[in-house]
Amino acid sequence: MKIKVLVAKPGLDGHDRGAKVVAMALRDAGMEVIYTGLRQSPESIVKAALQEDVDVVGLSILSGAHMKICSKVLKLMEDSGIGDKPVFVGGIIPPEDAEELKKAGIFEVFGPGTSLKSIAEKIEKTVKK
Amino acid sequence: MNGGDFVSNRERLEKLKDDWKRERVIPLLKRFPERKKEFKTSFDGPVEILYTPKETEDYEEKIGFPGQYPFTRGVQPTMYRGRLWTMRQYAGFGTAEESNQRYRYLLSQGQTGLSVAFDLPTQIGYDSDDPMSEGEVGRVGVAIDSLEDMETLFEGIPLERVSTSMTINSTAAILLAMYIAVGEKQGVDPSKLTGTIQNDILKEYIARGTYIFPPDSSMRLITDIFEYCSKNLPDFNTISISGYHIREAGANSVQEIAFTLADGIAYVQAAIDAGLDPNVFGKRLSFFFNSHNGFLEEIAKFRAARRLWARIMKERFGVTDEKAMMLRFHTQTGGSTLTAQQPMNNIVRVAFQALAAVLGGTQSLHTNSFDEALGLPTEDSVTIALRTQQIIASETGVADTVDPLGGAYFIEELTDRMEELAMDYIQKIDDLGGMVEAVRNGFVQKEILDSAYKYQVSIENKEQIIVGVNEFVSEDKEVKDILRLDPAIENRQKKKIEMLRTRRDNGKVESLLDDLREAARGSDNLMPFILKAVKAYATLGEIANALRDVFGEYTEAVIL
Repeated sequence: MKIKVLVAKPGLDGHDRGAKVVAMALRDAGMEVIYTGLRQSPESIVKAALQEDVDVVGLSILSGAHMKICSKVLKLMEDSGIGDKPVFVGGIIPPEDAEELKKAGIFEVFGPGTSLKSIAEKIEKTVKK
Repeated sequence: MNGGDFVSNRERLEKLKDDWKRERVIPLLKRFPERKKEFKTSFDGPVEILYTPKETEDYEEKIGFPGQYPFTRGVQPTMYRGRLWTMRQYAGFGTAEESNQRYRYLLSQGQTGLSVAFDLPTQIGYDSDDPMSEGEVGRVGVAIDSLEDMETLFEGIPLERVSTSMTINSTAAILLAMYIAVGEKQGVDPSKLTGTIQNDILKEYIARGTYIFPPDSSMRLITDIFEYCSKNLPDFNTISISGYHIREAGANSVQEIAFTLADGIAYVQAAIDAGLDPNVFGKRLSFFFNSHNGFLEEIAKFRAARRLWARIMKERFGVTDEKAMMLRFHTQTGGSTLTAQQPMNNIVRVAFQALAAVLGGTQSLHTNSFDEALGLPTEDSVTIALRTQQIIASETGVADTVDPLGGAYFIEELTDRMEELAMDYIQKIDDLGGMVEAVRNGFVQKEILDSAYKYQVSIENKEQIIVGVNEFVSEDKEVKDILRLDPAIENRQKKKIEMLRTRRDNGKVESLLDDLREAARGSDNLMPFILKAVKAYATLGEIANALRDVFGEYTEAVIL
């Protein structure tokens, strides 16, 4: 079975290069990838995750709005009964915030310079566990 | 070529150069003298204003002289010997009060122009109390909800003396109206205002994402601004046609200039279709490019763009006024080249990129701060970025002769090649029915994404080395100073709007917004209606929503 990933752009941030490049790389690594496009609300992201029955959710945020957005997505996933699906975050996330996000339940934070290969490997390892 | 031709060619060129000096340079020097009496090397040799090749076949047609068609060597005859480029650091965060402090600091440190960064809600037409704004208020720029915030933003900054660049696109008409209103309150006539609004919606659909309305309505707002400004703000740059974000989205250097100039063609055509004269509005077009890592390639890119645009304006649009053929541009060093690893290395990267922009003949420059891959820049890091420009300007001597790399075999060859490849792209876009169509059907986005992916893969397999990231890696020292925003900003902005709504004449605001809706349904210029609403303290969100009611909203075609 192919691993199914939702790559989402929450909030108003328009920087989608990272999201799209990661989506392409995961597809090349043999996963099935759904990309949401820009300006998704936490509600629409969780709805898409449910509908598509994905194994993993990836959020890309470079606007600085990560704390609010991530906590909302995590809570909505919990409420919808998919709180066990790992959520990854990529973007410009200061180190302290990354720690806090991980404590709040984000599985991993990928900062600038992370290799595509390591993202794919991490997702594979996490889902297969 | 035999020896005789060589001599006569050289003599001919010398004569042309003398003509250029007599006709272009000397008259200009009377009004704008050079920065120094004499420009010299460290060994006390003279530095001439311009060097020309010893032999050449098509020098005049392809390279020519600065300030003369096709402007390959620069748009002014004296370039930086007369006046240095404008050092313009893009800044803005949090509330208008905080940003006002940062602007005053930058001006006190020798910055020569302002560049305003707005937060995403302001850029996408939402007030700070709109549910869509949650978590975004004051993050990537300053939050502006009404004229009141704009008054605070420019408090103590005389608008008749400082030129202001505003990175604002789908809501450009609203922010420009606020700027005009602040000017009037300071007693400055709109005709005295100088600056730039980005106002480039096509690249928002392509690369940056702050669109609101569908393309046709957006294009109308843009031509309305062109027309209004040509009558009321004759010295204001009404658009900054931007390749910067296209490059940041992953385009290569040729794609950057090709797509930017193709956007430019679309705006010029739209304005001509609206009955405007390209000889007039063409002078108020400005451009905005990225300066990336490839040092020589970037220099050639700026030169190629300048020549290609001059040719497009002259040959395609039949422009006769040389001023309307000039590609004047702002440059920012490439944000995506900054690394979170070993962040101090970014200071060096930025310095090379800034140097390329200067050698490419930029009119203004923003240098990035070394900590921008980590968060918002601190006052210290911004100061280093500004000092980098000051070192290039005062210490390196590269500003002492015009287009110092002109005539270098490699640079000229690259300039030719990049112009040719960019022209091929423009041809392809014409065949697709023009830029608006090429964006609607995703052609441009797909080309950029393919380049972005290719680049990332080349880093993965180490074809492209990025120092500190995939080679020369070392354990990172933690960067301690990261600018933290006060999370209370959002609530403060919400309170301000609440207070404003109790103070202003709400009936008047409602009726002015109705007038705006009515005008939007017709074909009147919308600027006067927006200006009236702004002066009555209608909020940015209210004005944008009135336009949404009529124009509707754009949803992107997801390309992957």
